[in-house]
Amino acid sequence: MSTSAEILTLPSRPPRFAFLRGLRLSGFPLIPTVILVGIAFVAVFANQLAPHNPEVGSLAARFKPPFWETGGTMKYLLGTDQLGRDVLSRLIFGARVSMVVGITAVIFAGVVGTTLGIISGYLGGWVDQLIMRLVDTWLALPALTFAIFLAAIAGPSMWNIVIILGITYWTRYARVIRGEVLSLKEREFVRLAIVAGCSKWTIMRRHILPNVINSAVVLGTLMLGVVIITEATLSFLGVGVPPPQPAWGLMLSDGKQSLMVGRWWLTIFPGVCIMLMVLSANILGDWLRVKLDPQLRQL
Amino acid sequence: MPNAPLLELENLSTHYVSAQGTRVVRAVDDVSLRIHAGETLGIVGESGSGKSTLALTIMRVLPPAARIVSGRMMFEGEDLLHKSDEEMEQVRGRRIAMILQDPMASLNPLFTIGNQVAESIRAHEGASRAKAWNRARELLKAVRIPSPETRVRQYPHEMSGGMRQRIVGAIGISCEPRLLIADEPTTSLDLTIQAQYLKLLRDLQQAHGLALIFITHNLGIVAKMCDQLAVMYAGHVVESGPVSRIFNAPAHPYTEALLNSIPRMSDDRERLTAIDGQPPDMSRLPPGCSFAPRCPRAFDRCLQMAPPETVTEEGRTARCWLAAPVLNTNQPALRREAV
Repeated sequence: MSTSAEILTLPSRPPRFAFLRGLRLSGFPLIPTVILVGIAFVAVFANQLAPHNPEVGSLAARFKPPFWETGGTMKYLLGTDQLGRDVLSRLIFGARVSMVVGITAVIFAGVVGTTLGIISGYLGGWVDQLIMRLVDTWLALPALTFAIFLAAIAGPSMWNIVIILGITYWTRYARVIRGEVLSLKEREFVRLAIVAGCSKWTIMRRHILPNVINSAVVLGTLMLGVVIITEATLSFLGVGVPPPQPAWGLMLSDGKQSLMVGRWWLTIFPGVCIMLMVLSANILGDWLRVKLDPQLRQL
Repeated sequence: MPNAPLLELENLSTHYVSAQGTRVVRAVDDVSLRIHAGETLGIVGESGSGKSTLALTIMRVLPPAARIVSGRMMFEGEDLLHKSDEEMEQVRGRRIAMILQDPMASLNPLFTIGNQVAESIRAHEGASRAKAWNRARELLKAVRIPSPETRVRQYPHEMSGGMRQRIVGAIGISCEPRLLIADEPTTSLDLTIQAQYLKLLRDLQQAHGLALIFITHNLGIVAKMCDQLAVMYAGHVVESGPVSRIFNAPAHPYTEALLNSIPRMSDDRERLTAIDGQPPDMSRLPPGCSFAPRCPRAFDRCLQMAPPETVTEEGRTARCWLAAPVLNTNQPALRREAV
């Protein structure tokens, strides 16, 4: 009885915005998204938000603790470092470095990896052999050591780091995308394109690429965390972003000596920032992966 | 023959070679066929008889393991086998188009219908976007898609199977090819849609004067659609000629058996006649006629020597010792060697 009543009350046509329900926003990771958007916002408006110049400090105000501790002042909300630079301002500008390096490196790696993955998967034969053996060799190298080696050659600068991270991580894209292409190229619509006289390059661009872009985006989100961690590690080791530019990894490194004498704010704050950003990127990436994978998506 | 054929295949052979080169499958073996403009050629045969490989050979889109080992493919006076890959891209879609076995899956799910119909027009004719889209709308009208204006902006999943099929047909004729190869285009459709689609193909063919190669295993469709018929068995064309004459008096026992296995409305037979036995293993064909083990009328020579292709009457050929005009052992064998 109740079901037939429900059937009768169904609207004759689907309501507007019914497609939005198809996206199923339930389970959407709201907090990680807010964190990431917040960091991005801070990175964009760093000039307006930062109370002090992040690269210039006053030696008279060295090692000030956060404002709630004894000796802290409201002038330096999160305290100052060994050169008297405001930690909050450095965190704000550090967000910019992390965001710019993270996103551009992921895009750079993604473009290189996706292109080579499509070429490798679609052309097959010796091209495939060449690219995949290159990927195997690449993956056999320890990523961090390889990145340090490249950084030592290229010299420290933010854009060098972007290129180094891209060179280090493109292989993951290439592997995944190649696998997808292998199954895509056997699909009927690709064969129709072949008998319709499309050239190989047209097919790769028009038929293969749009079908793998989903995977590339998901992989990119998941890679964002890895790339940010690597950037922080390189900066921590002194081969990343050169001082006095504010980078979170660099701040960790600067603070590590004073951690033992109780100046915790120099390491805890950048550490928490890195952790929040990486965790948010990972959770968002996982959610995207589940959403965009038809096999895991539930109707 | 009043004019030169549009496509003429001469002694064409395509073999699949295994990786070590130990097994060779003669999927298409010594096939000679011709088709004139405006004609419909039906190719029938069991699964695995080489029909689809023949179609892929004409388009030159064979899988890597296949080799075109010999023969000529004269299309509008040019040998397609002598063309470079780049030149073939200009032939495919533009002068020879093909409709695939499963048109249901032939459309890219990510692009609109208009986009996909316009694609080959833009690729081959370099037409502007707006021009190609206008042409796409006309084509949809031509394949009787209702309200083409809205349909061009829709995606494949919004269409029924029959519609998608017709859209694939529209892509096939989009660049006004001279020859259209349809490889079992109706197998995934139900019967009423099949009939509609076949009628559409016929109308398109007449409207554009194109030659049609129709690959099927359904003799009923051949009777309705085709002018010429080629029956394939184990990679050979065992019989070819005008449909009506073959249907009235088949020259090859295999054709006869195929015709006998069609159920008819007026049938008072208790059981349908089936062809005994199995198609041969294509990598180990018998030394004689490949149909001999299943042939009710086979005799000694059939098991020892493969029959040559002989002209039985004007415009008809058969590969059978029974159809050979002179039952002279030496003469046909010599003929085969001369080829």
